[in-house]
Amino acid sequence: MTLLPLLIIMLLTLGSAAVAMMLRNLIHSAMLLIFSWAGIAAFFLWAGAEFVAFAQVLVYVGAVSMVVLFAVLLTRRSRADLEVSPPAWKRILLAVFPSVLVGSLLIGAVLGAFPPTTNSSPAPELTVKQIGESLMGPQTAALLAIGVLLTVALLGAIVIASPEKSEDKP
Amino acid sequence: MSAASGSEHFLEHAPLDLRDWLVQFLTHWLHLTGLLQWMLHNLISIVMILAVFGLFFAFTTIAERKLLGRLQNRLGPNRTGLPKFSRLFGGWHFKHKLFGLSQPFADAIKALTKEDIVPAEADKLLHFLAPVIVVAFSLMTFAVLPFGRHFIPVEMDAALLYFFAAGSATELAIFMAGWSSRNKYSLLSAMRALAQLISYELPLILSVVPVVLVTSTLSTQNIVLAQGSWTFGVLPHWFVFTPWGCAGFLIFLVSALAESNRSPFDLPEAESELVAGHLTEYSGFKYALFFMAEYFGLTALSALGVTIFLGGWQAPCEFLQIIPSYLWFMGKLILMIVFFIWVRGTLLRLRIDQLTRLSWKFLVPLALINLVNGGFWALTTEWSGPLQIARWAISIVVIVVPFLLMGRKLSTGFAPRTYRYAP
Repeated sequence: MTLLPLLIIMLLTLGSAAVAMMLRNLIHSAMLLIFSWAGIAAFFLWAGAEFVAFAQVLVYVGAVSMVVLFAVLLTRRSRADLEVSPPAWKRILLAVFPSVLVGSLLIGAVLGAFPPTTNSSPAPELTVKQIGESLMGPQTAALLAIGVLLTVALLGAIVIASPEKSEDKP
Repeated sequence: MSAASGSEHFLEHAPLDLRDWLVQFLTHWLHLTGLLQWMLHNLISIVMILAVFGLFFAFTTIAERKLLGRLQNRLGPNRTGLPKFSRLFGGWHFKHKLFGLSQPFADAIKALTKEDIVPAEADKLLHFLAPVIVVAFSLMTFAVLPFGRHFIPVEMDAALLYFFAAGSATELAIFMAGWSSRNKYSLLSAMRALAQLISYELPLILSVVPVVLVTSTLSTQNIVLAQGSWTFGVLPHWFVFTPWGCAGFLIFLVSALAESNRSPFDLPEAESELVAGHLTEYSGFKYALFFMAEYFGLTALSALGVTIFLGGWQAPCEFLQIIPSYLWFMGKLILMIVFFIWVRGTLLRLRIDQLTRLSWKFLVPLALINLVNGGFWALTTEWSGPLQIARWAISIVVIVVPFLLMGRKLSTGFAPRTYRYAP
C-alpha cells in the first residue's frame, strides 16, 4: 500500500466537497457531494475494507443521493422567498460552537494516534461473515440505535418538507 | 465437486490457458515487468467480457426484434445481409441475406453516424456524463459474475453487495439525464423512473437475502458451489427447486423486469405518454448508449438470477458435466433473456399506481415473509426423514398462504376501474 493513491483520493474527495460548497447551482453541488461520498468509498477500498466501501456506495451514492436530489428539486424556492430568522451574530455563534467541538474531538483523536505504532501487526483477515456475526451479536444495540435514528431523521424530513395545509388550497 | 477436478474436461480450462499463454508470449516479446504483466493479464479479461457481452448485446437486439415480430405475426428484420463488395471481387457478391443477422451492425453504424444534438439550454456537462456513467456502471456489474467453474473476473467476499452497489449508480445517471435536458417531459419521466427504480430495488435485494441466509456467504462463486449436488444424479439442488427459492426467484424476476425498464414496467419510456422519457433530448450514439446500458443491465440481472437461483454454471444432471460449465451458464442466460422477450411480447403496460402498489403492498411484504422462510430453512438443515417432509410443507405454507391472501386484497377498491369519459 503506497501513499500516492491515498493522496489522490484525499485530494479528489476534499476538493469536490470544497467546490460543492462554493457552487451556485444546487444540483451541481449535490452531484459533487455525491462524488465526494464516492471518494470516501474509494478510501475504504484503499484501506482494505471492502464491505464498508460497497455499503457506502450502496447507501450514499445509491440512496441518500436520491433523497438529496429530490429534496433540492421539491423544495427549491427563489432566494427572495428565503427568510432567515435568527440574526447574523447568533448564526455565526451557532456555527462556530459545534464546529469547534467536533474539530477539537477529531484533532484530539488524530493526534492521539501519533506517532503511529511501528510494530505493524499483520492486517486482520476479516470475512463478511465475521462482520455480520459481530453486527448481529455484540453490536446489535448500536445497529438498532442507528436504525431508529435514521427512521426518525426520515420522518422529520418528511414533516419539514410537507407543505402546510393552507398552502395546498387553490 | 472435488472429484471433478481430476477428470475435468480440458475445455473447462482452455480459454484461461489461452490467456495465460498470451500473457507469457507478450511478456517475453515486450519484456514486461510485474505491474505491466498484471495489467495485461486483467486487460485481456476485460476485453474478453466487453467482446463477449458486446456481441451478446448485439444479438439480443436482433433476437428481440425477430422474436417480437414472430409473436406479433410478422417476420421482423430479415433483409440485412453482408455489404456488397462488388467492386473488390469483380462484380461478385454474397447473395444470401443471412436471415438479417447483420442488422445490429448496421444499426450501430447508423447510430454512430447520426447527428448528436444537444439542446441549447441543456447542462452540457451532465448531459454528456449521464450516458457515460450509465454504461460504465452497468458494465462494472459483470465483474463479479461467475461465468464458469474457473471464470470469474474478480473473486471477492462481498460480491453480491458490490453488484447492487454498482447497479445503484444507474438511478443517478437517469436523474442526470432527465434534469440536464431542460425538458419538462425528460424531468417528469426521470422522476417517474426513479420512483419505479427505488420501489423495485427493495424487493430485488430482499429476494436475494434468503439465499445469503441459507448459504451464509455473499460470494457469488460460493453460492453457485452450494448448489452443486444432485439427488439420484439427475435432480439438481438449485435454489429455485426449494419453496423459498422458488418464491424468491419469482419476486426477483418481477423486480428485475421493473429494474431494467422492460415491458410491462416500461413506464419511464412510455412513448404514448411521455415522448421518450428521459431519453427525449438524446440522439445519435448517446441514445444508443442508454439503450446499450439497458440491455447490459438486463443481461447482468439475468446472469445474477441464473447464478443465485438457477445453479449458475452447474449442469442440470450429473452426467451432463462433460459439457463445459460456461456453456451451461450461457445457455441458462439465453433462456432467461428469451423469457424476458416473451414477457414483453405478451403483457400490457401497467399504470403508475398499479406499478407502485404492486411493489409496496405486495412484493415487499412477500419478500419479507420469504426472508423468514429462508431463515427457517437455514435453521432446519439437520431435519431428516419424515421431518424433511414437514420442513417442505411448512416452508410451502409459509409463503403460499400470504401470497394467496395478499393477492386477493391487492386490487380491492381499485379494480375494475370505471372510466368517466370513455365508454
